[in-house]
Amino acid sequence: MPLSKTHTDREYENQLTTLRERLLLMTGRVEEMIADSVRALVRRDEQLARETIEKDHHVNRDEMECDQMCLTLLARRQPMGSDLRFITLALKMVTDLERIGDLAVNICERVIDLMAFLQLKPYQDIPLMADRVQKMLREASDAFVNGNESLAEQVIAQDDEVDRLYDQVFSEILEIMRNEPATLEPAIHVQSVIKYLERIADHATNLAEEVIYMLRGRDVRHAGKLN
Amino acid sequence: MNLASAVRVITRPETCETSPAAPPPSIQVRHLDFYYGATRALKDNNLDIEAGKVTAIIGPSGCGKSTHIRVYNRIYQLYREQRATGEVIIDGQNVLDPKTDLIELRRQVGMIFQKPTPFPMSIFDNVAYGLRLHYRLSADDIAERVQSALCAAALWDEVKDILHRPGTALSGGQQQRLCIARALAVEPRVLLMDEPCSALDPIATARIEGLIQELRGRYTIVIVTHNLQQAARVADFTAFFLMGELVEYGATEQIFTAPKDPRTEDYITGKFG
Repeated sequence: MPLSKTHTDREYENQLTTLRERLLLMTGRVEEMIADSVRALVRRDEQLARETIEKDHHVNRDEMECDQMCLTLLARRQPMGSDLRFITLALKMVTDLERIGDLAVNICERVIDLMAFLQLKPYQDIPLMADRVQKMLREASDAFVNGNESLAEQVIAQDDEVDRLYDQVFSEILEIMRNEPATLEPAIHVQSVIKYLERIADHATNLAEEVIYMLRGRDVRHAGKLN
Repeated sequence: MNLASAVRVITRPETCETSPAAPPPSIQVRHLDFYYGATRALKDNNLDIEAGKVTAIIGPSGCGKSTHIRVYNRIYQLYREQRATGEVIIDGQNVLDPKTDLIELRRQVGMIFQKPTPFPMSIFDNVAYGLRLHYRLSADDIAERVQSALCAAALWDEVKDILHRPGTALSGGQQQRLCIARALAVEPRVLLMDEPCSALDPIATARIEGLIQELRGRYTIVIVTHNLQQAARVADFTAFFLMGELVEYGATEQIFTAPKDPRTEDYITGKFG
């Protein structure tokens, strides 16, 4: 029996390809939302913040449509092996991506709140943190598209760096609050922003772990931490 | 079936209480080759079938699935030009040993075929046939064991009032369960099923699959199937064959979610263009 790498059933192949493309489109949208939300923060651009919030409904629609595609594939094709892992990955992936979109919206809401206050200090580490987070998401997406397990593992490793940046910025803001109690309200907003970025990194880590499961059938979640 | 037997059966308790079979055996296949004339159909098969579990054999047409299980009870020997080499060890005995008592082997290793094959006789006599062939039993004992086998095959409730009717008058699904009852009546320890549901509708298929689940633990069951979903539903272990070779064997969950061999992966995902 000659074996090839595409499905014999072309319609099935096309359905899987369509789902893969929709996931990439959704990933691209949330990546842009993260970039715009942090740009809005740095530039104090309320208009950009509001436009970014508006974009979230596209992500929500992507989530629902991808879910429906997955359910249809499960019901009609009874996928197995790597197809089954891909579709279950897709179901989890859209949940993570939708949450990332919500977190970008949360950042934008804080940006709008911060418009009423003077900037605490020049933002340096927060854009750096945002760059790292976007890089993690982009690389998780690349690992998914290219089936690159080692890239997915690198994404997981980068989460520690984001956590370190979070701790550092958190401490700095705490210090400002201690020294200038009047800055309490804007400082809390900024602390929320860094918490949202840190959560986005966690979701990117989830994506990378799910990609590894899809590629190798090996579950790397909670590695060594269950006992 | 004569009237006296029918009365004995009908006056038995209505409930199905089947006595446990003898402990099911494991099966070890070692370096098994099979030949149709000069054509080598199985190539160095090595496999350990677990006792009391359901093992599915999957693979494309012509890969040797049916040929493989036909060695377990040496039914291939009904045909000339067919021969097997290597070992199939059941309970420490190599069934390919020329000294093996084939009648006893086929009693212990029952077989269910793709198409239901009821004998042209009554439902009762279909099940009693093997009993009369293998044992000297009283009419009472035969009636008891017929009922027990029909119960075990989940058919008793449907046929208890029509035992005198021809087996061929039953529906396809009932006929297949009648064949299973016929196999169970002689107290086998291994059940080989060669595409047992391929001629059945989804409801009859679900009944057979439910029956396989009920028989699990009491018999060692090996089922050949083209239906991957069926293998995934009923089997504890799954073996994938390709061109006479055993490519991969493992827990069904592993084979259908994360197979190790790319050939298994391509087959179960439908990439065989």
